Amino acid sequence: MSTFNESTDRVVSPYPWAPGYYPSDRPAIVTSRFQYEDGHTLERYLATGGYEGLRAALAKSPSEVADEVKNSTLLGRGGAGFPAGTKWGFTPQGVWPRYLVVNGDESEPGTYKDRLLMECDPHQLIEGSLIASYAAGLSQCFLYIRGEMPLAHERVATALNDAYAAGYIGTNILGTDFSVDIVLHYGAGAYVVGEETALIESLEGERGMPRLKPPYFPAAVGLYGQPTIVNNVETLANLPFIAKEGSAAYTAIGTPTSPGTRMIAVSGHVVRPGVYEIVNGSTTFRDLLYGDDFAQGIRDGNDLKAFVPGGGSAPWFTADQLDIPFEGPQAGAAGSMLGSGAVMVMDSTTDIPAAALTLVRFYAHESCGKCVPCREGGTWLYRLVQRIVDGYGTDADLETIRQVGESICPGDMPHASSERLGLDAVPFPYKMTTICFVGPSAYVPIHSALTLFPEEFEALVTKRAERRHIPVMAGVAE
Amino acid sequence: MSDETTDTPAPDADVITDEVVADVEAAHGELADEAEAAEAVEAEPEPDPNLVTLNLNGRDVAARKGDMVIAAALQADEYVPHFCYHPRMSPVGMCRQCMVEVEGPRGPMMVVSCMTPVADGQVVRTDTPQVKRAQEGMLELLLANHPLDCPVCDKGGECPLQDQAFSHGPGESRYVEEKRHYEKPIPISDLVYLDRERCILCDRCTRFADEVAGDKLIHFISRGNDTQVMTFPDEPFVSYFSGNTVQICPVGALTAKPYRFKARPWDLAQRESTCTTCSVGCRTVIQSSRDELLRYQGVDSDPVNWGWLCDRGRFNFEAVNSDLRLAAPMVKSDTGLVTASWNAALRAAATLVTEALADGGPDSIGLLGGARGSNEDAFAWAQLADSIGISYRDAQLGDGLPAGILGLDRATIDDAATAATVILLGPDLKEELPVLYLRLRDAAEKKHTRIIEFSTLETGM
Repeated sequence: MSTFNESTDRVVSPYPWAPGYYPSDRPAIVTSRFQYEDGHTLERYLATGGYEGLRAALAKSPSEVADEVKNSTLLGRGGAGFPAGTKWGFTPQGVWPRYLVVNGDESEPGTYKDRLLMECDPHQLIEGSLIASYAAGLSQCFLYIRGEMPLAHERVATALNDAYAAGYIGTNILGTDFSVDIVLHYGAGAYVVGEETALIESLEGERGMPRLKPPYFPAAVGLYGQPTIVNNVETLANLPFIAKEGSAAYTAIGTPTSPGTRMIAVSGHVVRPGVYEIVNGSTTFRDLLYGDDFAQGIRDGNDLKAFVPGGGSAPWFTADQLDIPFEGPQAGAAGSMLGSGAVMVMDSTTDIPAAALTLVRFYAHESCGKCVPCREGGTWLYRLVQRIVDGYGTDADLETIRQVGESICPGDMPHASSERLGLDAVPFPYKMTTICFVGPSAYVPIHSALTLFPEEFEALVTKRAERRHIPVMAGVAE
Repeated sequence: MSDETTDTPAPDADVITDEVVADVEAAHGELADEAEAAEAVEAEPEPDPNLVTLNLNGRDVAARKGDMVIAAALQADEYVPHFCYHPRMSPVGMCRQCMVEVEGPRGPMMVVSCMTPVADGQVVRTDTPQVKRAQEGMLELLLANHPLDCPVCDKGGECPLQDQAFSHGPGESRYVEEKRHYEKPIPISDLVYLDRERCILCDRCTRFADEVAGDKLIHFISRGNDTQVMTFPDEPFVSYFSGNTVQICPVGALTAKPYRFKARPWDLAQRESTCTTCSVGCRTVIQSSRDELLRYQGVDSDPVNWGWLCDRGRFNFEAVNSDLRLAAPMVKSDTGLVTASWNAALRAAATLVTEALADGGPDSIGLLGGARGSNEDAFAWAQLADSIGISYRDAQLGDGLPAGILGLDRATIDDAATAATVILLGPDLKEELPVLYLRLRDAAEKKHTRIIEFSTLETGM
């Protein structure tokens, strides 16, 4: 099946992308059960090799499992792309208790891969969490799911109950002396809680505000002041495969620096939006956006204008960057990041200032209010862009945007190269004056839009010398 | 008695944020210098293992391990602008104003100095163009939603935001959007008014209520640009220590009812003093204008009150201006009590004492000192009693246990706050010695001290 049939396919699964989006000739590590409508049940999970990774892991010593994960160079899928095995190694030895926190608060604009993982295959996440707890010596696991995902709540809760009943969680798992409990926690709806320290604050019952690192590196001082590992849902979902098949089978897929597969959510002006599991490191943006197996090109035969390569907070790419593969360093050198695995596509009909406004409004709204540059600067940026889009902006506002942005991100801002404008790329990352990335994220889209499409803003604003419609105080020289 | 983990924090003269009490601080500095000089003579020549040296703007500065860069810089007279940082509370890094450059592995890094611990050999710069640019940018952002109603604001003249906007601000704003609007001051308790438009959300008052006083009755509500400090619904900010939030507020967002619109800071005459409401003896500065007592502020005295006052001590000055208060001495005469001058009253007292001495000797005289005098007062009248030879004297309310009941020596507040165990027999500290309660609470919260309490009533501990 190559295209989605609205009338028939929706009956099979609540997800148009579930059947047929995952042909068997593509490697599928985490999405292997997406083809089954009942992939979220324990029966189907066990019938398709479920909990074998856990059995394989429990047969080895924890350090052997940890080494296996380290050797697989499994990169964190939350956005920063830090190797998971290395992250586990940062916890101080001999401090108890220590916790695993599963970051299911996926809220980056354009990202919805973790939601699917929790809805379509919750047992895989649970098994991954158990393997991580075993390997890193963690005594309790907290599963934090974003508040706006009711189906994920329901399915993960059911899966947890089933797994408890079947003896996969709890005390003396599978007859060994390994015991761990998994606690489910629903978020209350804050983007910033996707940041690990804010998530920990939220779990503790406080306002979801990030903590400063140092001293609050979760691995050392995390949940309730104890060593805590915070892992993304997709990261953990990879573990059953690694535990079962070994790190060699994992690194055989993808490139040495970016092994395995990763899930990419494609949205926007493409023929077939959806979540795709791609081979990490070698697949390019062109493969993903134009490939028949994937998004199948731009809608209505339009041209590609720009795309966001890694979630709403990533600097934008244009058609010039289509041949960059999904590998962090290459995307970074080109001026952006792969982030949380979300590609948002804008075709030639897109009003770029309006698109930037949508994103900057989101980040201004989602600021937690802790750091001044984000709280005040984000809203200021939003209002400036809103005014420009409404047609009341002046060219001085464009300059103000850059200067407010500089208060959030001092120094050079990363952006993509542009053949059309003769621009060279400025590599990622940026410097920032805030604790977490929400503040800079408000400026990133507007900076990208301004840099790559300046003419669209200039067409909207009134030149200072020409402005007539803005009332000027009597006696003030223009 | 004290173990090694109980380092007292370095004294910092910045707890009173007013410039107007600079002379008070200067006086304190001298005292501290004398104490240090006295210690230096006794100190062993071994180098302090907790001492680190950092390079601050090209000169070497000593600091203690665990200090934050901003504390080291302020101590070395390199002013770093700040709002949320307070030396007596844990840092939060909210205002982002105290940006400095610290040399890192990848070149100079812009960091918030209130959350960056000092390290040996650290290179810190507070004066580069980048730092200046960052600080100006931050102040412009802080002022973006600030109403700039300084002419009618009680804080104007002693306002850290106003002062630092002049010293470290950009001088003008490009913010032309509409500012945040809230109802102008709303009472959050009988004493404290909150003006959310002026608030810069530095977390000082909320942190104080949570961390220092333990009355978590004010907190942030809403999010992002709509964040505001607020009490919980139907639950006013009823704290014995609410006045401190007014004093540490770096803007005019929190004002105390007794002082609202009474004076301008530059008109205040002031004198450092000791609060005599209870026996803790907090350092205060007493401020008056046009011969009227208007305000007490806490002074950061390291061995005593760390800058805090309880509301009873802070706001009881209104009794001083009361019509019911005796303002002049009175002498008993045939026609009853007659108001007299001090000279006449003292002469009458001297005559009485002389006559009594001649008639029955010193033992015929008893001397009662006030229970609310300071130590210096008590010393003075004890000198008087000694010189006359009076042995019947008392200055207690008579409701305390004799000192040394457990065979232990008398202790200072610092001794108590650094002791491994403190046993409380009977008193409700929060009611009777509120600031000592704060000191002991701090010691217990930091896990230096265990507190064991014997009481027949439920206390505030």
